[in-house]
Amino acid sequence: MMSEMIVDIRDLYVNFNIYEGVTRVLNGVNFRVAKGEKVGLIGEAGCGKTTTVKSIMKILQMPPAEVMGGEIYLEGLDVLKMSQRDLQMMRRKTVSMIFQDPTAALNPVFKVGDQIGDIIKYNQLALGNKISKEEIHEKTVQVLKEVQMPDPERLMNSYPIQLSGGMRQRISIAMALVSATNLLIADEPGTNLDVTIQDQVLRLLGDLVEDRGTSIILISHALGAVKGLVDRVYVMYAGSMVEAANTEDLFSDPLHPYTKALFKAVPKLTGGGIPMGIPGRIPNYLSPPTGCRFNPRCSHAKPECRENAPPFYQVGDGHEVACYLYGGQ
Amino acid sequence: MNTELMKERWRRNWYKFSRNPLSILGLAVVLAIILIAIFADFFAPYPEHAFVFVDFKNAKRPPCWQYLCGTDMAGRDILSRIFFGFRYSLVMAVSVLSVATPPGVLLGLVAGYMRDTWVDIAIMRVADVFLSVPSMVLALAVCSMLEPTLYNAMLAVTVMWWPWYTRLVYGAASSIKNEYFVQAAEVTGASTFHILFGEIFPNCLSTIFTKMTLDVGWVILIGSTLSFVGLGAQPPTPDLGTMVSDGSKYIPAQWWISLFPALFIVVIILGFNLLGDGVRDMLAGD
Amino acid sequence: MSKEIVVVKDLKKWFDTDEGIVRAVDDISFTINEGETFGLVGESGSGKSTTAYTLMGIYTPTAGEISYKGMDISMGIKQRPLSLKKEMQMVFQDPGSSLNPKRSIEQIIELPLQVHGIAKDERRKRVIELLQMVELPEDYLDRQPTKIGGGEKQMVAIARALATNPTFVTLDEPTSALDVSMQAKIINKLIEFQETLDLSYLFITHNLSLMRNVATRVGIMYLGKLCEVAPTGTFFSKPLHPYTKMLLSSIPVITREEEAVKPDKVVSMGEIPSPVNVPSGCYFHPRCNECTERCKREDPPMVEVEPGHFVKCHTLSE
Repeated sequence: MMSEMIVDIRDLYVNFNIYEGVTRVLNGVNFRVAKGEKVGLIGEAGCGKTTTVKSIMKILQMPPAEVMGGEIYLEGLDVLKMSQRDLQMMRRKTVSMIFQDPTAALNPVFKVGDQIGDIIKYNQLALGNKISKEEIHEKTVQVLKEVQMPDPERLMNSYPIQLSGGMRQRISIAMALVSATNLLIADEPGTNLDVTIQDQVLRLLGDLVEDRGTSIILISHALGAVKGLVDRVYVMYAGSMVEAANTEDLFSDPLHPYTKALFKAVPKLTGGGIPMGIPGRIPNYLSPPTGCRFNPRCSHAKPECRENAPPFYQVGDGHEVACYLYGGQ
Repeated sequence: MNTELMKERWRRNWYKFSRNPLSILGLAVVLAIILIAIFADFFAPYPEHAFVFVDFKNAKRPPCWQYLCGTDMAGRDILSRIFFGFRYSLVMAVSVLSVATPPGVLLGLVAGYMRDTWVDIAIMRVADVFLSVPSMVLALAVCSMLEPTLYNAMLAVTVMWWPWYTRLVYGAASSIKNEYFVQAAEVTGASTFHILFGEIFPNCLSTIFTKMTLDVGWVILIGSTLSFVGLGAQPPTPDLGTMVSDGSKYIPAQWWISLFPALFIVVIILGFNLLGDGVRDMLAGD
Repeated sequence: MSKEIVVVKDLKKWFDTDEGIVRAVDDISFTINEGETFGLVGESGSGKSTTAYTLMGIYTPTAGEISYKGMDISMGIKQRPLSLKKEMQMVFQDPGSSLNPKRSIEQIIELPLQVHGIAKDERRKRVIELLQMVELPEDYLDRQPTKIGGGEKQMVAIARALATNPTFVTLDEPTSALDVSMQAKIINKLIEFQETLDLSYLFITHNLSLMRNVATRVGIMYLGKLCEVAPTGTFFSKPLHPYTKMLLSSIPVITREEEAVKPDKVVSMGEIPSPVNVPSGCYFHPRCNECTERCKREDPPMVEVEPGHFVKCHTLSE
């Protein structure tokens, strides 16, 4: 592989303990992000995308969640073994996250400027620097300019409710940028926005990440949005990665039956009707199918698919797929 | 509804309720109080002490094994009187809430569904008027105009209680009214009656039940307060408020005469509040 | 040409709010033909949902006319005859909120039948039949909507809308809350029902790729006004309004063939202005890169540039 890994998740198993019993959500997730790499994570609702990235920052609610096995390395350190203080420092200076709903991510009772200022303050504290009020102000103005907000001085004095959805999302990007020196996790950043606004936000995000050399994990169920922004894509289904490849390869030559079916189900701008979706539904995590979790919905399922989950097979340059169809190559 | 699903639902409810040990404590306290109230004759060590009874020889005895909470100035066992007092407290709470809740809920439903029409304005302004007079003052006014009896006290509390339900249900109904399922019912031509009681009302039930459970304690407190100032139940009725009031003349020397009834008022209110929290947890979400 | 089923003429729906008058729908006209799917696209706040709600009577129009099969229906839902409600039905955006969580699926689907006076024993038969139509098992009858998946909920909502054998159904973003594989299933079912049950649809979505595959004709809305109306093929191959072009070029797509059909990149800029404080002249002018002085002054008229293709832009009316 290429350079050093910033995120390296190995065989992660996460369960949730709920009233009905134990849901086995993450089922051996392997996920890597290299320094400076832009990675997309796609999959349908409930497949475990958010659980995966939340576990990187260790912000999963535990309980009900419980890590059953595996390791999570962030810049070479095992997140699961970190002390509470180290975790806090890590969140302050290494990783930050942009959430799907910018309205919920901003505190409605504080001014935008103060909210950004606080993050700058704690980030600098974590780095061991003292920072004056003037410097915080200056930095806030600067970051707001970077996210192309008009009139930053006035904006700093407004409350989130006074801004439009697109502006709020740009504010949360700004908040993520002031601290994220190494890794930015964006969980469906454009999903709640209109296409023209989503287009603007994603372009901005791409440019900023490029300039700073920050690694980014972009989670989305909007496949097209991922395609335009990232270098490599992971496809997730029912708690594990089923395919990983460079963006171009994945979209031009998907291999896993699930990826193929998923791409086919997306309505195309070229028209021609919509093919039938994937038969069946996402498994119930209380009693997931044994072996490959896609086997009950897969037209190529063989007896071995029901027995053991397939490992990642290397198919071509950096193209990996967890499917026995490609085992012989 | 088939029985399997019904059982399953109860199991789930119990699971949510029992997550908080305090809810179980509340339930236990409330069940104990209800049982004691119903079978007061059986539980009380001296049931004959409940009403008119005089035994000056044993008057003002401090707590001992014979009289666990001591005796009052007429020599009556305080614990026995407290047990009978539960009965009055519960009757008060149940009758006030069962009379005040239905009209309160109905008005709230109608006002909420007809939001921003004259019906809404009329109902809610009347409710506001009732809410703007401090509840205690309103109750005192009603009681002092009428004869001070337990029934008039209940009437007074009822009069001031309904607007709380109106306002609670109004808030819930006017937001549920905008849910798509209400609009779907309108589009299909369902009657206003169906929309109010078939669609909106079932979704308000959890808030109403939670409030009712919490309110039992408060109604009892207000009833006791009225009795304490002499406008509620009259002696020799074994009412907790009256008992506190009667005993207050003997503080601090014979502290137990007031203290134990007061303590049990606290226990009742605490019990119902804890239970109310549990009910809220149980009905939340879903 | 096929028969018109719904005609909307100069429709306005204004809301009086604390900040001022919101012109949610401002003077729009369109027709929906029998058996077709008329698609209405637009970003949030464009007024597409308000148009649908006004059409269904949930809002009463501020001005203008709506007629259904030649009958004037420009009134609120309470004044509309019951027989009309049997024919016009609606599927809502959020299947989570469109089914009452406290009622069983049987009660939910049964309601329209009950309202329209079907006998009790017949109702149950029909509910089971409807469940079969949307491919849900019979034992769902007793379930609560909270216990089933999002796609299944939307199937129940569709079954409810079809219960009274309607002729016209408004679909307000029926799949926007769902995953693509579920979306595919639902859209295919809807297309199948349109053919077998002779339905006309008003289909509302912000997803242009989806619209490409379901609509017969498409209208695009911006700030309460229709900018362009055209048959689907023309709309996507020959978009004329600058807003249509901007929207089309912003859509994220996944294949090379799709990349090829997209118009040249129009860099999207600005945001939708507040509908309380609309720009002068053409509403789109602050975001338009073909804007002229005239656009800032006058609102352009809707012109028919070729049969069935209407555009509201000064660049085309010369």
